[in-house]
Amino acid sequence: MNQVGIDTLWALVAGFLVFFMQAGFAMVEAGFVRAKNAVNIIMKNLLDFSIATICFFAVGYGLMFGDGNGFMGIHGLWFLNGADNSPAIGDAYRGVYSALNWAGIPLFAKFFFELVFAGTAATIVSGAVAERIKFSSYLIYTFIISAVVYPIVGHWIWGGGFLAGMGVFDFAGSTVVHAVGGAAGLAGAIILGPRIGKYNKDRSANVIAGHNIPLAALGVFILWFGWFGFNPGSTLSVGDGVAISLISANTNIAAAVAGLSALIVTWIKFKKPDASMAMNGVLAGLVAITAPCAFVTPLSSAMIGLVAGVLVVFSVVFFDSINIDDPVGAVSVHMVNGIWGTISVGLFGLKSLGLSHDGLFNGGGFHQLMVQTIGTLSGVAFSFFFMLIVFKVIAATVGLRVDRHEELKGLDVGEHGMEAYSEFQIFTSK
Amino acid sequence: MKLIIAYIQPERLTDVKKALFAEEVFKISVTNSLGCGQQKGFHEVYRGVEEEVNLLKKVRIEIAVNDNFVDRTIKAIIQGAKSGNIGDGKIFVVTLEQCIRIRTGDTGSSAIG
Repeated sequence: MNQVGIDTLWALVAGFLVFFMQAGFAMVEAGFVRAKNAVNIIMKNLLDFSIATICFFAVGYGLMFGDGNGFMGIHGLWFLNGADNSPAIGDAYRGVYSALNWAGIPLFAKFFFELVFAGTAATIVSGAVAERIKFSSYLIYTFIISAVVYPIVGHWIWGGGFLAGMGVFDFAGSTVVHAVGGAAGLAGAIILGPRIGKYNKDRSANVIAGHNIPLAALGVFILWFGWFGFNPGSTLSVGDGVAISLISANTNIAAAVAGLSALIVTWIKFKKPDASMAMNGVLAGLVAITAPCAFVTPLSSAMIGLVAGVLVVFSVVFFDSINIDDPVGAVSVHMVNGIWGTISVGLFGLKSLGLSHDGLFNGGGFHQLMVQTIGTLSGVAFSFFFMLIVFKVIAATVGLRVDRHEELKGLDVGEHGMEAYSEFQIFTSK
Repeated sequence: MKLIIAYIQPERLTDVKKALFAEEVFKISVTNSLGCGQQKGFHEVYRGVEEEVNLLKKVRIEIAVNDNFVDRTIKAIIQGAKSGNIGDGKIFVVTLEQCIRIRTGDTGSSAIG
């Protein structure tokens, strides 16, 4: 087998693993919502990947990786119709998607791998807006994020845009995928308002417990597994095996440490080791290590995970305290830790692993830290404000939220005419 | 002493509880129940086939009260459960012969209150 064949196999298998993360998201979110909304959340997960596929094929890939200006891709915009002689690399590459000319794999392998990332960004939001958003309005939002928002921020960092020019490094997408998705989720949660009964008049929060914690745990394990495609696969090549080994080890270490640190914080803070928070901790660690996984040592990965696990707990408490209702903690996991992960490159990163400057803790000064901070905040701000407007417009035109009666009765019967657990008696009285 | 039994729409339970609390009725038992009355059921569509669901999910509330609390309990249940549509439910009031608190052995009015 030649090098192109090996690398293509690697990229595709990793892409298949990333695709499987859709199942992980579906299970996590289904487990963390109430039984009366389980069909609805599954449908959102199924459909947002389908829509993301169409949008990313139609225009997203071109916007993201097409040659263009610092803001967006212009050439080869529609249906991958630009010239491209992949798997030729470097100077031998002739085509309009030169941002990926370092990867020696065929165009459709690149497209497939980037597509499953776009699907991941889109699906993050469904958790934050769960249990109250209208199904049709959710589908409209999915079109916008996968055709416009995600590809544009992606272009800035991965497609040769202005942030790439500044030297922002986001290896597998702490900002591009996770913080962008999380910020869009935050915008949605703000415009929608909290679920009925979530907050009291004195602004204190009530528990609205998820209906199936084992299902959520399965989802977390699937996501953890899928991340071994997400991060190591982002090399798009096997190389000599050194990079993908380091990335795999780093990814796992950060996740494990973050799960543990979230657990310890909840144990001290709430007197019980909270299962749902430990799961969110693992995910927080995975999100945080996504940007730095190729540029840091395993020991630094442990530090990054440690902080991620603490961050996610305090972030969940913080968003509850300002009465922004995020049923599964998507904003805390993906946006907050996406930002942290991207910034951590500027703290722990190593020039010897491919960065342009050493991070602050490795004696490289503040340069990389500053660049990373600007990079992640630009992506988050764009996604947040753009989606804020989009959700506002949807709310003002076709409506964003189901009516009170339907929300209380459950979106499964209201939106889909179907129950998740037919013939079981489920309390739908909350 | 009376036992008040009410069947209401599950999604009205929060409102009913709130109304009961406002009338200082704090003791309540709630169970899931299935049933149908005038409202014959609703349609579900499963894999393209329409299906009539005859038994609807309801919530059954039981409250044992002293006689002077009967009216305000009923008022509160209606206030919380009424939407004006078919399916809002029914309230039954039954005379209660005896009530015993297991822990202390108290009987009658003091056991209820």
